[in-house]
Amino acid sequence: MNLFRKSPWIIHYDGASCNGCDIEVLACLTPRYDVERLGIINTGNPKHADILLITGYINEQSQPVVRTIYEQMPDPKVVVAVGICASSGGIFRDCYNTKGGVDSTIPVDIYVPGCAARPESIMDGVVQALDLLERKRKEKKTRRRAIAPTPTSEVPTP
Amino acid sequence: MSAWTRILAAILFVLLSPILAGLLAGLDRIISARMQSRIGPPLLQPIYDLLKLFQKERIAVNRSGHFFLLGYLLFTILAGIEFFIGGDLLIVIFALALASVFFVLGAFAAGSPYSHIGAERELIQIMASEPMLIMCAMGFYVATGSFQVTTIHAQPTPLIATLPGIFLGMIYILTIKLRKSPFDLSTSHHAHQEIVKGITTEFAGPYLAIIELAHGYETILLLGFLYLFFAPWPLLALAALIAVYFLEILADNTHARLYWQWVLRTSWAFTAIVGAGNLILLHYLQRGGTP
Amino acid sequence: MSSQATMHLPLFLILFPLLLAGLLALVGGNATARSALAKVGSGTVAIGALALYWTTLHREAQFFAWDAVWLDRAVLTAEIAVALTLLLISLRGRQPLIALLVLAQGALMALAEWGGHAHPHVAAPLFVDSLSVIMALIIGVVGGLIVWHAVGYMPHYHHHEAQTPDRQRGFFASIFLFLGAMFALVFANHLGWLFLAWEVTTLCSYLLIGYSRTPEATRNAFLALRLNLIGGVAFASAILYIARTGGSLALNEVVASGSATALIPAALICFAGLAKAAQMPFSSWLLGAMVAPSPVSALLHSSTMVKAGVYVFVRLAPILQDTLVGLLFALVGATTFFFASCIAISQNNAKRVLAYSTIANLGLIVTCASIGNVQAVWAAILLIIFHAVAKALLFLAVGSAEHSIGSRDIEDMEGLIARRPKTALAILIGIAGMFLAPFGMLVSKWAAIEALMKGHPILPVIVAFGSSATLFFWTKWMGKILSTVKGAPPPHGPVSMEEKNAMFFLGVLTVGLCAIWPFISSTSVKPFLLSQFGAFVEFNRATILIMSIMLALIAALPLSLLYKGDKGLRIATPYLGGANVSERHLFTPSIGLTKPVAIRSYYLTEIFGERRLTRAGFIACLALLAILTVVVST
Repeated sequence: MNLFRKSPWIIHYDGASCNGCDIEVLACLTPRYDVERLGIINTGNPKHADILLITGYINEQSQPVVRTIYEQMPDPKVVVAVGICASSGGIFRDCYNTKGGVDSTIPVDIYVPGCAARPESIMDGVVQALDLLERKRKEKKTRRRAIAPTPTSEVPTP
Repeated sequence: MSAWTRILAAILFVLLSPILAGLLAGLDRIISARMQSRIGPPLLQPIYDLLKLFQKERIAVNRSGHFFLLGYLLFTILAGIEFFIGGDLLIVIFALALASVFFVLGAFAAGSPYSHIGAERELIQIMASEPMLIMCAMGFYVATGSFQVTTIHAQPTPLIATLPGIFLGMIYILTIKLRKSPFDLSTSHHAHQEIVKGITTEFAGPYLAIIELAHGYETILLLGFLYLFFAPWPLLALAALIAVYFLEILADNTHARLYWQWVLRTSWAFTAIVGAGNLILLHYLQRGGTP
Repeated sequence: MSSQATMHLPLFLILFPLLLAGLLALVGGNATARSALAKVGSGTVAIGALALYWTTLHREAQFFAWDAVWLDRAVLTAEIAVALTLLLISLRGRQPLIALLVLAQGALMALAEWGGHAHPHVAAPLFVDSLSVIMALIIGVVGGLIVWHAVGYMPHYHHHEAQTPDRQRGFFASIFLFLGAMFALVFANHLGWLFLAWEVTTLCSYLLIGYSRTPEATRNAFLALRLNLIGGVAFASAILYIARTGGSLALNEVVASGSATALIPAALICFAGLAKAAQMPFSSWLLGAMVAPSPVSALLHSSTMVKAGVYVFVRLAPILQDTLVGLLFALVGATTFFFASCIAISQNNAKRVLAYSTIANLGLIVTCASIGNVQAVWAAILLIIFHAVAKALLFLAVGSAEHSIGSRDIEDMEGLIARRPKTALAILIGIAGMFLAPFGMLVSKWAAIEALMKGHPILPVIVAFGSSATLFFWTKWMGKILSTVKGAPPPHGPVSMEEKNAMFFLGVLTVGLCAIWPFISSTSVKPFLLSQFGAFVEFNRATILIMSIMLALIAALPLSLLYKGDKGLRIATPYLGGANVSERHLFTPSIGLTKPVAIRSYYLTEIFGERRLTRAGFIACLALLAILTVVVST
């Protein structure tokens, strides 16, 4: 039985967004969309989460935090970048403090475009992530993934 | 009850509690969802969650976490076995307290600020609920002359008739024990959250699953306590348990979380009044009104 | 009635420490001689007590008929000497109240002695029964281990407190005098002799508490003296009352005469017991006594002194049973238990937590003994045993921890398990012994709740609330020790061999007692209860079995620590809002610096504030004592 399909727990992190996508993410929890139907839970703790949902672009401040949170999540885990800023940096791409999209910092599995991303597309992204979780679990059985060491202050090139 | 039935009850407790508690929690989540005009998860959702957690990577902040959680689980189960085998109610309560202490120590040992706060708040919750549990045992003792669950269970008339105050107090602290608002200080179920995940913050994957499992056993055990109030009439007992659990869900969905001060003050005051009041009244009634 | 041969051991136990005290006073100036003498002494009293236990197994109470005029005179002389010493102390310290109390006591005793009525005659001034043996075991073994610990501890103490004058000669002499007096107290059947021993323990506690001679120590020593002398006056009044009414001064006859005639003197003696057992409103002396070096605290608060207070309660339990006076004493004890347990939550000084816990547990013992039914007295005696061992261990371990980390603040014990594993383990075992199933205290508490139900349901209710408070502060403390936030500073100051020995034995005793308590109960407590009540509490085998299973589980669980986790276990940093820096206890706050994580425990002072609760407890207990006075005098 694909349990990860049935019980994906999410941690939602706001890299540096305009809060538009955040509101749409939370809208998914409301009666209109009710993602708990799919067993999805919005937990506030990376150690309990399977899916890292990131809104907004990554900047100097949020980069180490995103790394740490990603590292603190137990395997198998997937990363969903929500909104165009998270996917590529969006309109902030050329800003002086922008590192880029989430994939500038950690590997991203699913990109959900939109400004702001609609709840339907966010849910679609999460559902696509579910199969990935199960696949990763099977992969993990054969080889353990190497995880990046503790975050340091080095600056990666965007 | 014969010795074999009692042993059978204990075995059934060990084997079925996780499933039963899972179903109960599933029902809880569906009802909660309906109260919020949502559809809610499938009935088996908590069981899916639990099994998934066991499949996750083992990740911990130190190498002693499993020691404390093992203690938590084992002593909760032991308390349940002692209860369903018909043993001493005080021992059940003490074993349960020991189990909680293990859990709290595990969170302390993690050395993380969030789990530390959760542990302290869990201690406040234990402190708030513990006296009522002991008073419950004492109430059964005054009414039946014994702390043995078998004797209490074998009463011909339902104890609720003589112990209404104790029953009320037990419902009150059940809210604390089930981690329901307004008393979910240390950690809470799913949608609610504060201070990350409180006492469970540092426990991930299989470790979290152990906690959920132990909590499931504890839930069934506490419902067993309530069952004793109606023991001669099992159907009434079932109806009462359903009603109580529904009330807990209702409270959970209609109340905001209280400050710890209020949790402690109200539960001590309420349980002292209804619990001790019931006990003392019964004591004098039994002695024919002569103090 | 008497088998003289077996009286040699009790006599030896009384006289040997006195002899040693004398020797130490003479040659104790020499460090080598002092430590050798103290070690020999502590070993001898422990072995003596054990020998007494073996020789008296399954024996009836034995009375030592010893009728000699010179002996009575000697005791009288000693009493006068003690009174004069106390008077001298009070005059030198300019303490008019103490002088007044000593004079009042002297006057009462003089009236009893020469008041013109028939002088009460006690045929057998000394006796041994199983309760005395249990007490002697506690004094000898636990007391002996504490002295052993002190031999290693005191040089460190003077190393740390350089400004304190080294008066170890007097220190060890007082300790042995104390032990001798305690032995005399538990073997005395003559109330006059018992009173002499009682006063000597008061005197010794003054000397030991005031050891460092700082203004605070002196003040607290006088406080202890004052409060205990108030109790002493009550004790003297009891003796005068018995003398005036023509009763017997033999303890066994007082107990046998029942509550109809002996209630008033029993109440007076129990009042004295309240003061000695530091019950509210007399509790302040025990808190003040924390200024003394740790072995003194351990001695005063676990095996001796306070145990003298509850000892008289247990002795007089048959008189208090089923009386309003007994119920009122029980209420004082229960109230003290509740308030002291609650106050302990607000304390961060380890020794004060221990002090409040001592007060609380003595309250529980007083409650049980005052209810006085068989099961309650059984619980009281077991509480005395378990508390003595676990509390001695805790005081000694905290003392050693204080020397290695330089603080007695619980907050500073963070991660002690990594810094000083053995000392930390000793503290953890001691704490577990204080409140967790299946350890001793909880066994007794479990019996106590059932026994108290037969007294009055309000008592176990109060105990239940107090117990949950104890759970809070003990677990909080354990958590602090286990919580390893960061690489802690390395400890300084070694732990001496003697300290390690004593802690090891007490730790083993604390755990071992959980396994062997049914044996102790049937060999020592049962004969006493049978002789006093003609009944005994039989325990449900199933209950003992489940307790044993719990003990086995507790013992087996640490084995799981050997399993260090397979390769699948990944050690991660704790959750710090994602703001972790490379080291696990550092994080980046909003302004971009690097800060260490700091974790502090809850003290809940808003609800459990010391001042407020102390006042409430004092008022409640004073009110109870006022009612008690009215009840007794009518």
